[in-house]
Amino acid sequence: MAVYKHNYQAYSGPLTSSALRFLILSRYAYQRIFGSRIFLALFLICFAPPLGGAVFIYLQHNAKALQILQIPIDELIPIDAAFFQTLLYIQCSLGFLLATLVGPGLISPDLTNNALPLYLSRPLTRRDYVLGKISALLILLSAITWIPLSLLFFFQAKMAGWAWLWDHFRLEAAVFMGSWLWMLVISLLALALSAWVRWKPIAGALIFGVFIVGGGFGALVNAILFTNWGSLVNIGEMMDIAWRYLFRGQGPTGSLPVWGAFMGLLGFCGFCLLLLSKKLKAYEVVRS
Amino acid sequence: MQSTIELDNLTIRFGRQTVLKGLKGGFAGRAIGLLGPNGAGKTTLLHTLLGFYEPAAGSARVFGFDIQRDIKQIRHLIGYMPENDSFISDMTGIRFVRLMAELSGLPPSLALERAHETLFYVGLGEARYRKLGTYSLGMKQMAKLAQAIVHGPKLLFLDEPTNGLDPPARQRMISLIKDIRSTGETALILSSHLLRDVEECCEEVMILKEGEIVVYCNLEEERKANRKFLELEIIGDSHPFVEMAERLGCECAVHGLSRIKMVLPEQVSIRDLYCLAAKRDIQIRRLNYKRDSLQDIFLKAMEGNRGSLQA
Repeated sequence: MAVYKHNYQAYSGPLTSSALRFLILSRYAYQRIFGSRIFLALFLICFAPPLGGAVFIYLQHNAKALQILQIPIDELIPIDAAFFQTLLYIQCSLGFLLATLVGPGLISPDLTNNALPLYLSRPLTRRDYVLGKISALLILLSAITWIPLSLLFFFQAKMAGWAWLWDHFRLEAAVFMGSWLWMLVISLLALALSAWVRWKPIAGALIFGVFIVGGGFGALVNAILFTNWGSLVNIGEMMDIAWRYLFRGQGPTGSLPVWGAFMGLLGFCGFCLLLLSKKLKAYEVVRS
Repeated sequence: MQSTIELDNLTIRFGRQTVLKGLKGGFAGRAIGLLGPNGAGKTTLLHTLLGFYEPAAGSARVFGFDIQRDIKQIRHLIGYMPENDSFISDMTGIRFVRLMAELSGLPPSLALERAHETLFYVGLGEARYRKLGTYSLGMKQMAKLAQAIVHGPKLLFLDEPTNGLDPPARQRMISLIKDIRSTGETALILSSHLLRDVEECCEEVMILKEGEIVVYCNLEEERKANRKFLELEIIGDSHPFVEMAERLGCECAVHGLSRIKMVLPEQVSIRDLYCLAAKRDIQIRRLNYKRDSLQDIFLKAMEGNRGSLQA
């Protein structure tokens, strides 16, 4: 029967598993995100550094190629913690730009158009909603951070021999944990600001603002009070301390203790979750 | 018969204000109209049943599922059409309705099929590839209805579905609601300020006032109960006719020379009245059943005459 001749009928067909239903939100978010050419260009640029890294690793292990290109082997930088940490810095910086571009558009349109009651009247909890939205960012950021860097790590292990893999396995763990820490912080920040500031450009600008103003304010507190604890509001510095610890086993001197940086980052994530839980309700209740 | 909704001392508080005050009762109707003045708690009741608000006391069950414990199961069974504008403006109609169907658990391909069918059903077939932001108010209302029914719910919550609609659009909405009701597969609760909408679409009506249920009645039974209340217009001398009718046990009130209001006892039928009139050579020119309209019921409830709960 033609579709326009159908009458109303109840549905009694199969249902999808409710455990992974939150991923529907991520899928629909991607359909919108990948429609943007600016995003697509930036996303492709994000793969250039790992690709460069792969070429570099290949050259390191190919004397003939180095000879043809007339590059002295002792002038090449070693493939070590600094190499992977630098690549992680680059990827996370690009990830920051991606999150700034994508994050504000994830929740704010739903709040602006009062769509939350529609989502939350379905078999979807507020937790599922946040999971669905944050998964969109986490999957994207994973695709440009720990996944390509892990592939590089295993590529290097294959070229250098499996003994190298066991000797440097800490690097892979550092890449994985460092990436996830960064992804969680930046994704939660983007979502929280998207929920609180309903205007997308302002939310995007505020993500930058949190880093710049937080950094400046932290430095000011440190300078005035002769302390290092002002850095607790400097997300960039806390991430730097965490990464240094993960890659090299120790944090920088004259700064926050490593545990302080980790606690600060976890506290920040908790604060973002609190902001989200305050804002993501089907209806605002005015209490008298 | 299992109740669609059971309320057990359901109380909702926002801060110090008690919005729903210990609502009780089992409601099994297939189409329940929710009436009440602004702030009576109609929308709050719907939102509570959807799990948006946590009860301060008491509980409620929908199809036997507790609203606090089994809210996911309840939401599988419910379709909700909110009162205010609720949509995602940069989505096309078809994508929006498909998303809502998928979130209700339909597999993607079936969700797409149902979304097409539903949009045609509500009259948005030709506009389904347009962005929702470009829809008129009437089209947005229809899109809201489409997302509420796309997954074929067992219970449909309609919050002011005819808000802002012009008469033809209103009539279209009402006929769709009646059509959904007539399938017998979906129960509905319609919250509205418009008595006519409720009267046309619902079999039962619940009237809320200041957070309490003041009337719950079956409209048809209410009408049947008033069936023996007649208005007559006669030609001829009313006096002997009224006397004879009173002897039969009727309660009569005469207005002017020819108009009589009469309440018939159980054993007296209309035929008896015609026999009386024939004996006295009186012509009955008009005879109407006078029934309590929904407006009468509503006004009585608002006057503070708390009705009994007749579930």
